[in-house]
Amino acid sequence: MSGRTFAEKALARAAGKPDARAGDILDVRPDLVFSHDNSAAIRRIFEQTGAPRVVRPERVAITLDHAVPAPTRQHAQNHAEIREWVQAQQIGAFFEVGRGICHQVISEEALVLPGETILGADSHSTHFGWLGAFGAGIGRSEMAALWATGELWLRVPEAIRITLRGRLAPGVTSKDLSLCILGRLGADGGLYQSIEFAGETLAALSLDERAVIPNMMAEAGAKNAYLPPDGAVFDYLEARRTRDYTPLYPDPDAEYVAEHTLDVSALEPQIALPDRPDQVVPLSRVIGQPVQQAFLGTCTNGRLEDLQAAAEVLRGQRVRCRLIVIPASAAVMLAASRAGIIDVLLEAGAAIGTPGCGPCMGNHMGIPAPSEVTISSANRNYRGRMGTPDAPVYLASPYVVAASAVRGAISDPREFLT
Amino acid sequence: MSTQHRCWVYGDDVNTDVIFPGRHTYTLRTPEEIAAHALEDLDPAFAAGVQPGDVIVAGRNWGCGSSREQAVTALKYAGVSVIVAGSFARIYFRNCINQGVLPVVCPPLHDAVRTGDVITFDHAAGRIIAGGQAFPIPALSPSVQAILDAGGLIPMLQRRFKGEAAS
Ligand code: SF4
Repeated sequence: MSGRTFAEKALARAAGKPDARAGDILDVRPDLVFSHDNSAAIRRIFEQTGAPRVVRPERVAITLDHAVPAPTRQHAQNHAEIREWVQAQQIGAFFEVGRGICHQVISEEALVLPGETILGADSHSTHFGWLGAFGAGIGRSEMAALWATGELWLRVPEAIRITLRGRLAPGVTSKDLSLCILGRLGADGGLYQSIEFAGETLAALSLDERAVIPNMMAEAGAKNAYLPPDGAVFDYLEARRTRDYTPLYPDPDAEYVAEHTLDVSALEPQIALPDRPDQVVPLSRVIGQPVQQAFLGTCTNGRLEDLQAAAEVLRGQRVRCRLIVIPASAAVMLAASRAGIIDVLLEAGAAIGTPGCGPCMGNHMGIPAPSEVTISSANRNYRGRMGTPDAPVYLASPYVVAASAVRGAISDPREFLT
Repeated sequence: MSTQHRCWVYGDDVNTDVIFPGRHTYTLRTPEEIAAHALEDLDPAFAAGVQPGDVIVAGRNWGCGSSREQAVTALKYAGVSVIVAGSFARIYFRNCINQGVLPVVCPPLHDAVRTGDVITFDHAAGRIIAGGQAFPIPALSPSVQAILDAGGLIPMLQRRFKGEAAS
């Protein structure tokens, strides 16, 4: 009999079962559930259920991040209702305006640990695969049900294994790697599946770089994604965690529905063309395309190393189009400030905003005008995503975003890196 | 029992940003407001022309992208109670079940119909009739069907908590 995938092991654990197989439907008890600005809407659904109170509020996290500080009166009202709810229900972890994006602050606070299961009312909850957790996105009614009962049905997904070989060249990042994988898998190439990574490339990636990969696998339709946690992850969590954990690894003879191997050594910088994250080409194909706005930030690429990468390109340069930088969290912004990175960005002409999602989903802080072109470090570039239907968005690494800001046109960052 | 439905036909990989734009997700609240923006960035004719009982017929990976439930409720409030697609994005599929909207996986239907065509659902026989052809409707797993039968996840919970309060 074959062994178990990570997803099979993680969901069996979360359901309190000795074993599970792909296709099983289990009642799962997640270790943490979270939501963000959508929590007021979830509260209204919860109130319809007739449930007396939130069960296990200490395992609930809420962040205000999607539209912060409130850009309109409606958003302000929405935030006010959430704060009141957090108080009334004694929600365990609440992050105010400006603390950062849900995926980032939950990671920084080590609210979920390797081998655990985390469900978020956000499609990029696949993110938590960076530390070896089972992270999946769910809808608002499902979050209301979790608040009410602490449980939710989940189907154990089939799994794909992607083995990464070799080391990335200078100026080429895990964003390029993720885009390349998306381009190959396509928007439904990982539909309903657990995308489980393996191979020696991973250990050489920093934690900031690792987080990009499972985050972006949401764009292939994945239910969750997984990187095997190692000493670097355990060290990171050690000073932050408040409970013990047991990391989970797939068995060597686990059964995968597909296996891919990718040698990353020769990988070139990649870019996703408007309006699809899986419409990926080598950067060289679009060099010179004029851009009116460059955006660096989001849960995908708004961490310290991303700001650092941009600073490497921008040091001593002036931007020729507007560059909006939104750090993924207050901790990132503070570290960037201490390292002098914020100075470099400001001197180059960047506009820096409150940590949060920024213009990623078109709420505020950098909505493009009609027909303006944006180059962004985000994960998604659907039509209208940034708030304007006829404003094309390209997706690339922080290096490429910064280099393009300097030229006012899509550029190869390697020209700036010595 | 069989019922007749008018089709709105769309392609592959239609994402939730065009089904219900992110810029409205925290500001619109009433069903009428939400329904008025359904498919706004994909097919502006939809919200104005949709009638109760109409169905969506789509290609592969309908509803990819954001987890936003309004991408289901906008259609539900507009009167759509069945969505047929080649495949569904996973959160979208769950959102359908939880909202009591029937998601039907039927890849060949997409090429057999055009917007405005009328198709017949033969519920007893578990099939769709379109242009003289029959297309089977796959059965859902029993636990998932039970949520749909209850009218969705919230009605199911309501029953549970009413029962607990009474006992
Ligand atoms: S940064 Fe963008 S993708 Fe990430 S959680 Fe915020 S809105 Fe979603």
